[in-house]
Amino acid sequence: MDGGQELAARPGTGSAPPSLTRVRTRRSAGEQAIKVLLAGAAVLSVLTTTGIVVTLITESSKFFGEVPFRDFFFGTDWAPLAGGASQSFGVAPLIWSTLYLTLIALIVAVPLGLGVGVYLAEYASPRVRKIFKPIVELLAGIPTIVFGYFALTFFTPLLKDVGINLEVFNGLSGGIILGILVLPTIASVSEDAMSAVPQSLREGAFGLGAAKWQVVVRVVFPAALSGIVAALVLGASRAIGETVVILVASGNNPNLTFDLSVAHQNMAAFIANVARADVSAGSVAYATIFAVGTTLFAMTFLLNLIAIRFVRKYRQVYE
Amino acid sequence: MAVTETTITRKVVERASSGARTKDLLFRAALLLCLFVAVLFLGVLLVDVAIDGIPLITPEFITNFPSRLFAEESGIRPALIGTLYLMVLCAAFIVPIGVAAAIYLEEFADARRWWNRIIEVNIQNLASVPSVVYGILGLAFIVRGPIDIWGLGKGSPTLLAGALTLGLLVLPVVIIVSREAIRAVPPSIREGALALGATKWQTIWKMVLPGALAGIATGVILALSRAIGETAPLILVGAIAFRLTDPTIDGQFSALPIAIFQAAGEPRPEFQILAAGAIVVLLAVLLLMNSAAIYLRNRYEQKW
Repeated sequence: MDGGQELAARPGTGSAPPSLTRVRTRRSAGEQAIKVLLAGAAVLSVLTTTGIVVTLITESSKFFGEVPFRDFFFGTDWAPLAGGASQSFGVAPLIWSTLYLTLIALIVAVPLGLGVGVYLAEYASPRVRKIFKPIVELLAGIPTIVFGYFALTFFTPLLKDVGINLEVFNGLSGGIILGILVLPTIASVSEDAMSAVPQSLREGAFGLGAAKWQVVVRVVFPAALSGIVAALVLGASRAIGETVVILVASGNNPNLTFDLSVAHQNMAAFIANVARADVSAGSVAYATIFAVGTTLFAMTFLLNLIAIRFVRKYRQVYE
Repeated sequence: MAVTETTITRKVVERASSGARTKDLLFRAALLLCLFVAVLFLGVLLVDVAIDGIPLITPEFITNFPSRLFAEESGIRPALIGTLYLMVLCAAFIVPIGVAAAIYLEEFADARRWWNRIIEVNIQNLASVPSVVYGILGLAFIVRGPIDIWGLGKGSPTLLAGALTLGLLVLPVVIIVSREAIRAVPPSIREGALALGATKWQTIWKMVLPGALAGIATGVILALSRAIGETAPLILVGAIAFRLTDPTIDGQFSALPIAIFQAAGEPRPEFQILAAGAIVVLLAVLLLMNSAAIYLRNRYEQKW
């Protein structure tokens, strides 16, 4: 990586290796300029995050200038686009719908995703893996709007046909399809984690007479646990932040209820819906985009940091 | 004594292993079932969309403007052109910046320095920020905010703003994949070049980048295919479904995901099904891009 410095530090290049790097010719000035340019590109990513945070904070502070903190976080009536006295900014139903739909999605995605991950990592022959891994990746590559269309026009009618009583826009269909959407994330991250477990651990367990499933469940799975936790956290983070599946399939009302047959709206879908409603910039309704966006960003940011930590942990153990 | 011990042990082992065999089979069957369900969903989704959408694909569907009155005359021309524009502009933005950032992080950055660690964690984190949040950034910062890049009257959503927003969204993907490609070039290549007197930049430009090219190209195509499938950020930055003229870089625009989204929300079934037609076109574009990625990888991948 640092080839230049290694070279300079090699014995035989003279008594003062640092002088090699300090010679300022025209050429090395050019090299330095290139390094600065490249670093600038990398710093852009930090600026993006800064931009997001600054935007969210400044615009939300406008919102909280108009709406008290307490009303937002502890109110239970969410009607920011309503006129007059019925306008209300209690975000609880929105957060509830977000978490509830995420829970439904995880109930679908965790067993299926882990099952696929375990199968591909531990059971599949190289040939089978070569076929099915791209298929799982294909599922991950399909645009979310396609899942939304599928949920609305195929899956909801299907659920109705098998006798489940649902409104056209409902939480059940959206939640299950959301689960299918995050399945590939959970499958591929957990598969990576299990593939990183050294073969010697498996061989040791086999040598003690364990059956294959015991090796997988009692040795590989615990050994890959931090990676698997990371997979689940990343999956949850994806489900919390997903917009269009919920926007298309689950309607435009958050509902503070366990009932999945009615509409549910998550935070991301709300944001898109307000943007679409073309409210005027500067109005309180417009500012809710940023207040809700801040809440969403904070939640996913926290989950992502947790996931990154867990991923690093399993990488450190076995690499 | 020794004999009984052996028989007992063998019995125990046999019993244990026969039970284990059943459990093993059950476990395996459960795992296969998971894979089956995942593949089934994918299959049903694709077949459903194909059945609805493929009959709609006619030359008129591709070249007509959308219509609110006659479903059979409605087309996706502005959406398709908008998506192609977005792809090109997005590529022009993410290729230089993404590759530059990747080179910096792999070849120059000292991973022990705190600022480089911040950049790294930051990129990982950005990769999983919800796309709608990027939409908020695009809306507040690019469309209505301080970056007046289009210079044609503030507050008007433009194609360029959309492309930049999508570019920021997929930049982490390009950086992460490019870094892997650069890392795959063995150190001996660099050392050889340096030993011959090449400067660090000459080494990178003439030796490392050509070696990493296939991987980088694959990453860029993957990133672009994610970008053109995104809906939420485009809703936020103000893409519109009904455009009756071709999009321009500094004007309002449409895109395929927006057209799909709009049609899917139609109460009239003959309009709603148009979404399937647009989905087929979008998936066809994605398929083409992925085939290109596979071709590039097979054709130009370096074996060291």
